Amino acid sequence: MTDSKYFTTTKKGEIFELKAELNSDKKEKKKEAVKKVIASMTVGKDVSALFPDVVNCMQTDNLELKKLVYLYLMNYAKSQPDMAIMAVNTFVKDCEDANPLIRALAVRTMGCIRVDKITEYLCEPLRKCLKDEDPYVRKTAAVCVAKLHDINAQLVEDQGFLDTLKDLISDSNPMVVANAVAALSEIAESHPNSNLLDLNPQSINKLLTALNECTEWGQIFILDCLANYTPRDDRESQSICERVTPRLSHANSAVVLSAVKVLMKFMEMLPKDLDYYSTLLKKLAPPLVTLLSAEPELQYVALRNINLIVQKRPEILKHEMKVFFVKYNDPIYVKLEKLDIMIRLASQANIAQVLAELKEYATEVDVDFVRKAVRAIGRCAIKVEQSAERCVSTLLDLIQTKVNYVVQEAIVVIKDIFRKYPNKYESVIATLCENLDSLDEPEARAAMIWIVGEYAERIDNADELLESFLEGFHDESTQVQLQLLTAIVKLFLKKPTETQELVQQVLSLATQDSDNPDLRDRGYIYWRLLSTDPVAAKEVVLAEKPLISEETDLIEPTLLEELICHIGTLASVYHKPPSAFVEGSRGVMHKRLPARTGSGESTESPDVGAAGGSAPEAAPSIIPSQGDLLGDLLNLDMAPPTTSGPPPPSTGMQMGGMDLLGGGLDSLMGDESEPLGGDIGGSPAMGAGFGAAPAVMPASLNAPVGGGLGDLFDLGGVGMPMGAYIPPKIVWLPAMKAKGLEISGTFARRAGVIQMELILTNKAMSVMTDFAIQFNRNSFGLAPAGPLQVLTPLGPNQTIEVSLPLSTVGPVMKMDPLNNLQVAVKNNIDVFYFSCQYPISMLFVEDGKMERQVFLATWKDIPNDNESQFQIKDCHLNSDAASSKLQGSNIFTIAKRTVEGQDMLYMSIKLSNGIWVLAELRVQAGNPNYTISLKCRAPEVSQCVFQCYEAVLKN
Amino acid sequence: MQFPAKMIHSLFLVNSSGDIFLEKHWKSVVSRSVCDYFFEAQERASEPENVPPVIPTPHHYLISVLRHRIYFVAVIQSEVPPLFVIEFLHRVVDTFQDYFGVCTEAAIKDNVVVVYELLEEMLDNGFPLATESNILKELIKPPTILRTVVNTITGSTNVGEQLPTGQLSVVPWRRTGVKYTNNEAYFDVVEEIDAIIDKSGSTITAEIQGVIDACVKLTGMPDLTLSFMNPRLLDDVSFHPCVRFKRWEAERILSFIPPDGNFRLLSYHVSCQNLVAIPVYVKHNITFREGSSQGRFELTLGPKQTMGKGLEAVLISSQLPRGVLNTNLNPSQGTYNFDPVTKLLSWDVGKINPQKLPSLKGSMSLQAGASKPDENPTINIQFKIQQSALSGLKVNRLDMYGEKYKPFKGIKYMTKAGKFQVRT
Repeated sequence: MTDSKYFTTTKKGEIFELKAELNSDKKEKKKEAVKKVIASMTVGKDVSALFPDVVNCMQTDNLELKKLVYLYLMNYAKSQPDMAIMAVNTFVKDCEDANPLIRALAVRTMGCIRVDKITEYLCEPLRKCLKDEDPYVRKTAAVCVAKLHDINAQLVEDQGFLDTLKDLISDSNPMVVANAVAALSEIAESHPNSNLLDLNPQSINKLLTALNECTEWGQIFILDCLANYTPRDDRESQSICERVTPRLSHANSAVVLSAVKVLMKFMEMLPKDLDYYSTLLKKLAPPLVTLLSAEPELQYVALRNINLIVQKRPEILKHEMKVFFVKYNDPIYVKLEKLDIMIRLASQANIAQVLAELKEYATEVDVDFVRKAVRAIGRCAIKVEQSAERCVSTLLDLIQTKVNYVVQEAIVVIKDIFRKYPNKYESVIATLCENLDSLDEPEARAAMIWIVGEYAERIDNADELLESFLEGFHDESTQVQLQLLTAIVKLFLKKPTETQELVQQVLSLATQDSDNPDLRDRGYIYWRLLSTDPVAAKEVVLAEKPLISEETDLIEPTLLEELICHIGTLASVYHKPPSAFVEGSRGVMHKRLPARTGSGESTESPDVGAAGGSAPEAAPSIIPSQGDLLGDLLNLDMAPPTTSGPPPPSTGMQMGGMDLLGGGLDSLMGDESEPLGGDIGGSPAMGAGFGAAPAVMPASLNAPVGGGLGDLFDLGGVGMPMGAYIPPKIVWLPAMKAKGLEISGTFARRAGVIQMELILTNKAMSVMTDFAIQFNRNSFGLAPAGPLQVLTPLGPNQTIEVSLPLSTVGPVMKMDPLNNLQVAVKNNIDVFYFSCQYPISMLFVEDGKMERQVFLATWKDIPNDNESQFQIKDCHLNSDAASSKLQGSNIFTIAKRTVEGQDMLYMSIKLSNGIWVLAELRVQAGNPNYTISLKCRAPEVSQCVFQCYEAVLKN
Repeated sequence: MQFPAKMIHSLFLVNSSGDIFLEKHWKSVVSRSVCDYFFEAQERASEPENVPPVIPTPHHYLISVLRHRIYFVAVIQSEVPPLFVIEFLHRVVDTFQDYFGVCTEAAIKDNVVVVYELLEEMLDNGFPLATESNILKELIKPPTILRTVVNTITGSTNVGEQLPTGQLSVVPWRRTGVKYTNNEAYFDVVEEIDAIIDKSGSTITAEIQGVIDACVKLTGMPDLTLSFMNPRLLDDVSFHPCVRFKRWEAERILSFIPPDGNFRLLSYHVSCQNLVAIPVYVKHNITFREGSSQGRFELTLGPKQTMGKGLEAVLISSQLPRGVLNTNLNPSQGTYNFDPVTKLLSWDVGKINPQKLPSLKGSMSLQAGASKPDENPTINIQFKIQQSALSGLKVNRLDMYGEKYKPFKGIKYMTKAGKFQVRT
């Protein structure tokens, strides 16, 4: 005797049979017939033809039969509006029944019948039910207002139901309050500007009281409503938080998450030094962890939200790494989310554990998961510098497995590691090249091509490798094509002689045979650059790339704030603002976290709070994720990262870029150049293509790159440069040794020219004429740039000052000491020899200021053995004065950092022969002893450079 | 026309072969073709449990849970808290199970009208109405053979005529006028241990999920208090709404008016930081040699930190690599089974006798010529330990106020393995 009997039918017209049964006189038969109808309905059969017969069964005192008929009505009233009217009288009558259950049932069902005609009849019964003595009826009626509003909003307003609903917020029964709040919230959602839920301290208090007593579902409605309130000050904020925290221990995960939302939002207003603030932080972790032991579907939603919480307040879960470790029978969607959070929580403290786990995951069966695990290893390397080495070796181990998709993922992430730590791990390139043939995914191919192009000078057969890709150029995806084009141009700029043919081939493939506008544009840009100004081309194409930031897929701060306000909703699952995807959300208001306020001041309108709150406290620089976390890194060699700060000043450059192209393009493109020039800015495809190339220029032209190293290196104010240091003149050749000719002198660098300044004194009795000078070969190839200009004969006791410009293109021989110079001076009497030492600062050229990123990379690149450290004693300058003094001698301060009262100045020097010397000068306030570390690929010069430092700083 | 339906718009029940066998619409009818998006996702998923719980479609969102091999697919149309929907769906499943004993396609089809009445009672316009099993049972009586017979004879109905008393009282979870001849209150402390053990046998993570389930059949309005020997263990707890939170905060005593019948009083979580004792160890040696078509398999189990209680109902399962064709193993006790199609090895060990440790040894035959498998199988262990809660949680005393009679009281402890995994 089960309900399955309702599904068995005879062949003879089922509907016909049911009709007969419905009109039977026997009550029991009627009920069974209605049950059969309902059963058909549940499996999607159309039983609407029976409408009049079912409605006829409505007037009964059997509650079950009544309910069944109501069920049927709700389903089919819409298709039979005229018939539905027939039911109205019974509804109205039932609304006055003595049994509250029937009153509630009637008002509830009426609201579900979405037929316009019925609504007019609904108003009176609804009004009565809203004021019913029984709270069960009132709470049902509250929901009915929302239903009616959905059908006919105007009617609800005209009839004053909204006010009645507002009154119900003060109802004595918490369930009624909860339902009134739910109904008002729903109505408010479709009227974003109406002030329906007028939240003030009094109504908040009522809500908080009801919160403790109503059902779990009511608690969710109330908490979600509370989250829309902006407290006046931190004290109110704290008191609400205190009353909401017990909800964190609720068994219903939706209650817990809604409570987390309220707390995360209101916490924003609490002063951070408040004891309560840290108490609250501690209280948030356990409930979030508990959510992870629930059913997998709940875990998934919880994890998506935890992902947001971890980005906003990493401190909450920083000790809970282990709960995110993946169990092998977790559903894949839980695994992937856990992995994401593991990387967010990775830090130096737990990286060893995390890496061991990731390596374990990389050998699992599920391909998606393995791929993500491999990427995660790369992200760890980028995030935690100390682990980079271990990550790279783990990746190499994985490449050795030769599992195709593992190899491809590994190559993609290694490319990013190269970007982050230039000149550190390039030794693995050979291993990567071995796997070239197995790459069949565009992303991996593009990554490999990027690596080959970027390190073309270190890969002997780079041209062959790239050429092999070129064969199937048109079958490649755009990503690969663009990368290949750039890589070959890079190769050409590095090895111009051997690769001319190759570059021509790729340019013609890109510009003439391709239909892709992006590719064509990029091709033309390169072509034009290469043909007009190869030097500029080099600067653009081989420009220093800004370093990639640690976190590659952080959510942009404003969006994150909005999402925090929407914790627990679909928006938080999709990490998109609600306005972006929910159909029917009319004019959604963007929510913002409240601003922190002092207890005295109050934010009168929520808007003020909103405006203040939207300013992020510390905006990290971010490369926005584009679904695929590494996708946009690929193009980074062409475009700087989008930063959250002000955009890099590229507009001016862009204009320059356009000019650069202007004339040339005309000839290339003939008649089409006009319209093209016209909408360069407008067309997104063109914009992307054109905008990208010039945008690199600021980096190469020394403009500060937003984000990047900006916060790490803070350039201290460098004062006006003083003149270069010139040592005092000393006697080089005493008169006794040179038959009466005394020579003293010094070296100076003036306006970029090295000069030997000599004083010749005739201490003999006869006139001296026919002066000439010559240098022996020396370490830096110094040689007189012209003859010694002593035009008039030098009489006895006469003195003459001469300046001799020097060049550095003479023959070279290493001297000891390095800065030793042997000079021969001839006059009409004899030839005299002497040797002198020049300060090496003479050789410091004016363009010795190194780009920051280059500095960083070079510093790392130079082996530590080449570093030498010196002490400079008794120097009483502060770091700024020292820096400006040094700058006069072409010792350039690139950056300054202050660590625990100690100023660290980073400086660069370039010698006339192209040798770079990098220096780190440490100045402790109040300590006259400086420490200087010098790094140079030719460490021999360090000693001389140090002497210069000492000389410059002490004079 | 738009229907910005709050909450759940419709519900579809889908069986494992992808047929919709029940649909319920709380608002307008949504065509069942919306489920095509769900079926697509189902096809893509490698395992039934891998279907993502939230699926976007052009006009709706599908939020689903998988329980008892039935997908409960809710259709929603606007911004709704997904946890709200998922929690509600779980509640629906629990209610079905409560009413019909099992939640299967057959049981649901057999009781389709009750199911429909229940769904209607549980949700109104998307707002949950009555989800407490106590209240529902007063509104709609669970089907029993006896009642069906009685109803057929007398013409009375399954539907309660009276407003459930608990619905609006301050203790909505309890009905009034409860009467029993035997008054009894039983509590089960059940702990599940989740753990990951690495190759070398050290613990990577371990945590305990504990619950206290109650079966309380007491007359009238009893007010109970339950205290623990070591309440400090419970720092991460979720309570049934009947528990007075303030009292717990202040005195660490559970004070509550219990619902009538079966309910979960609280659940708690003891995290890995509190050093969880691991009750079992596994010695394993699973090796594949390069170039050989044989692999070795050795497994030995032993008890560890069980506080003198025996390990029972031990069951080992492991997904062997795809390259394994068959196994030839010898269990020292129990029975083992290897499914050559799914590659699932399971070994029903039974009790562990510490004097004679159970082992499973032998060889695996691999596909000839295939390279040695990359992945190492993970071993899953299930077990039970009676009369012991692994965390050491102990109830101190249970007192009743408000009523005069003397109830029977009882407390049972049990530990089970949850997701207990050993990597090899």
